[in-house]
Amino acid sequence: MRDVAIIGVGCTEFGELWDKSFRELFVEAGVSAIEDANVQGGKIDALYVGNMSGGRFIEQEHLGALIADYSGLASLHIPSTRVEAACASGGLALRQGIIAVASGYHDIVIAGGAEKMTDVGVETTTDALAAASDREWEGIMGATFPGLYAMIARLHMHKYGTTQEQLAAVAVKNHHNGTMNPKAQFQNEITIDTVINSVMVADPLRVFDCSPISDGASAVVIAPADIAKKYTDTPIYVKASTQASGTISLHDRPDITTIDATIAAANRAYKMAKVTAKDINFAEVHDCFTIAEICAIEDLGFVKKGEGGKAAESGLTAIGGKIPVNPSGGLKACGHPVGATGVKQAVEMVLQLRGEAGKRQIDGANIGLTHNVGGSGGTAVVHIFGRDK
Amino acid sequence: MSVGIVSYGAYIPRYRIRVEEIAKVWGANPNSIIDGLMVYEKSVPDLDEDTITIAVEAARHAINRAGIDPQEIGALYTGSESHPYAVKPSSTVVAEAVGATPNLTVADFEFACKAGTAAIQTCMGLVEAGMIKLGVAIGADVAQGAPGDALEYTAAAGGVAYVIGKNNLVANIESTYSFTTDTPDFWRREGMPYPEHGGRFTGEPGYFKHVTSAAQGLLKKMGTKPSDYNYAIFHQPNGKFPTRAAKMLGFNSEQIKPGLVVTRLGNTYSGSCMMGLAATLDIAKAGDRIFMTSFGSGAGSDSFSFTVTDRIEEIRNGAPSVEKLMANPIYIDYATYARHKNKIKL
Amino acid sequence: MSVPRFWRRLKNIYNLIGTHCNKCGSYLYPPRNMCPKCRRNGMTTPFKFKGFGEVVTYTIVHTGAKDYTKLTPYILAIIKLEEGPRLTSQVICDHSQIRIGMKVKAAFRKLGEESEKGMIYYGTKFVPMED
Repeated sequence: MRDVAIIGVGCTEFGELWDKSFRELFVEAGVSAIEDANVQGGKIDALYVGNMSGGRFIEQEHLGALIADYSGLASLHIPSTRVEAACASGGLALRQGIIAVASGYHDIVIAGGAEKMTDVGVETTTDALAAASDREWEGIMGATFPGLYAMIARLHMHKYGTTQEQLAAVAVKNHHNGTMNPKAQFQNEITIDTVINSVMVADPLRVFDCSPISDGASAVVIAPADIAKKYTDTPIYVKASTQASGTISLHDRPDITTIDATIAAANRAYKMAKVTAKDINFAEVHDCFTIAEICAIEDLGFVKKGEGGKAAESGLTAIGGKIPVNPSGGLKACGHPVGATGVKQAVEMVLQLRGEAGKRQIDGANIGLTHNVGGSGGTAVVHIFGRDK
Repeated sequence: MSVGIVSYGAYIPRYRIRVEEIAKVWGANPNSIIDGLMVYEKSVPDLDEDTITIAVEAARHAINRAGIDPQEIGALYTGSESHPYAVKPSSTVVAEAVGATPNLTVADFEFACKAGTAAIQTCMGLVEAGMIKLGVAIGADVAQGAPGDALEYTAAAGGVAYVIGKNNLVANIESTYSFTTDTPDFWRREGMPYPEHGGRFTGEPGYFKHVTSAAQGLLKKMGTKPSDYNYAIFHQPNGKFPTRAAKMLGFNSEQIKPGLVVTRLGNTYSGSCMMGLAATLDIAKAGDRIFMTSFGSGAGSDSFSFTVTDRIEEIRNGAPSVEKLMANPIYIDYATYARHKNKIKL
Repeated sequence: MSVPRFWRRLKNIYNLIGTHCNKCGSYLYPPRNMCPKCRRNGMTTPFKFKGFGEVVTYTIVHTGAKDYTKLTPYILAIIKLEEGPRLTSQVICDHSQIRIGMKVKAAFRKLGEESEKGMIYYGTKFVPMED
């Protein structure tokens, strides 16, 4: 098992991108990543693409072949694999790419994620996303994604006194971060009032508590650590790459306000990187809904269980705070093209750790963590990145 | 006859709409409607209720009331004029939902408001013949009244189930007598959302001719008189018709009072007099004699004579009474009512 | 949901029939043939739940799922059955009434329909115990 580094990153803008098709998005992200890595196309050994629902959104499966072909790599016959774990598809693709290089099986690998969600109507999109839950026992009873996370929020509020305003503070913080991210879907400031007066989606979650429907793609180039400096002066090292499964349905979760898959993946990651939660300088976590960020920072061990509500409200997780969370704007403001998110989080890590994050740069960023979740917690993927090996 | 009622159960949806609320929309005078129909309000189904869900709840109440083993049910029939499917029986869903499948026979009945009592007669025959041990006869409806039509004030939702058998009876069925002719007083063609009715034609040639003929036929067959009975129930499309029929036959207002649920419930169509019978059984004592005559447009009437046994006290509290089901209603306005009854085309 | 998929489970969803593992005593609803604790060493048999439970958490859904757009706003809840397992369902009651810990019982209701021409799905929802 050898050490692995990221030598290049690329990301499209996220949003309602009417003029761009699925394949155009992936190719754009992939080309940016390769150029950033100074790698020739012929050197790529394998391709991994994370995508949740090509079949429902663009009636297309066999995405590995599609992407390889449109990247001009089909003629080189490289292995190209699509992986899926609902909203954690990107994180999974990243991990599969890392494993391929760490194991010695491949040398230069591209791991990317892409989703084109706006070619179908909102009803189809919502129904396609519901496939991340248990269709037979949650979906059929009328459970929507916001509905499931709303039930988590309701119980969190009941058990720990978390308030509507504390949920809103997460959205306000992430929007503020989004104003400094030129790729973000939303680059506008909002206030607590904006959030708590917005239309109710599933009580207590309102429109502004929910991440949007987005198109977008992101990609990273992975290489063995010992040759990384051939390609870039600032390789960013993968210190841990872990994945854990949990129950698919929320009702079978041992503690409804805890994603135990996150705890399992995080513990494995801390062990692998030989660090603890306290050593993490900043994180990109899975804020599909404001409550999800609150639970994430608890389950990752940044704050005690039940204390998550206070974090955004008190500035703990702001860019200037003690543990900045979601400097990219998170899923809420940056956008959530489902398969792309897990890889975009890694892109943000690399930019921050290289010192290339512009207005949203975190001072002294040295070790960062990404956290990508599928469904209501059936899959969790955690990565830790650092400037040093 | 050695057959009778082993158990009974009813179900009434929680929502109600008052006559005044409907009258307001059509510019009608609520007081004259209340006077003319003797109905104050009617039941309305919830957004996720229909004839099948109502039939299931009623059947479950009947089975639970007497602690019946559903596997002993040999036949189950649901009578309605609002079966959710035109083809595919409501009764298979009901049979599955009460745990009676797979060893039983099932079919759906339709005969306007007397589909349920026809089902009772069929069960009686199967039980008497020794072909089945227990039969379940259900009358349930989510009745549709055309907007602005007189029937809109009374077309209600509800259902009642009777378990028919030979043993452990709460009421013996002493005899039954039916009177049937081809009289087109009220009908609904396939695909049409609302029924057509003959206005005043539904009275004399329809309701009164058949109800009185069947009732008199049964009294003659049994050699009984109205005063031999403690209670009487007649089909209740409104409060006026059964009151008049009772008078015509020689029954008095005290006898029909417990069974006259229509004033507060509306006409539950296939469930109509079966609901009145259930309300009567809820308060009857051992030895009480009950007379019931249903009416279904098209047209026909089934008349029954019952004697209550002492077992009624034993099992009475095993399921909610009609009064309990009618308590704590939720009143809604016409707009909500229209939404609940799918009158708003999407 | 397609007809065969719904049909396969309709006994379970009409009558709250799950499974019971005779090895470890776990009660499972939704039903599972493989006990999650015992896996291959488990012995599961069908088990009919009584239908009584309490609300663990809930939400009021305003933007409904595909088959439920006509029902909004509706109460979605996680209910813990008396015998132990938790399930996801709807609770039919006044929206001001719903609370964590409320005691509920099973009711037979329409879950939805495929379309005007299509199949109607029935199943179990919950109502307050006081009803």
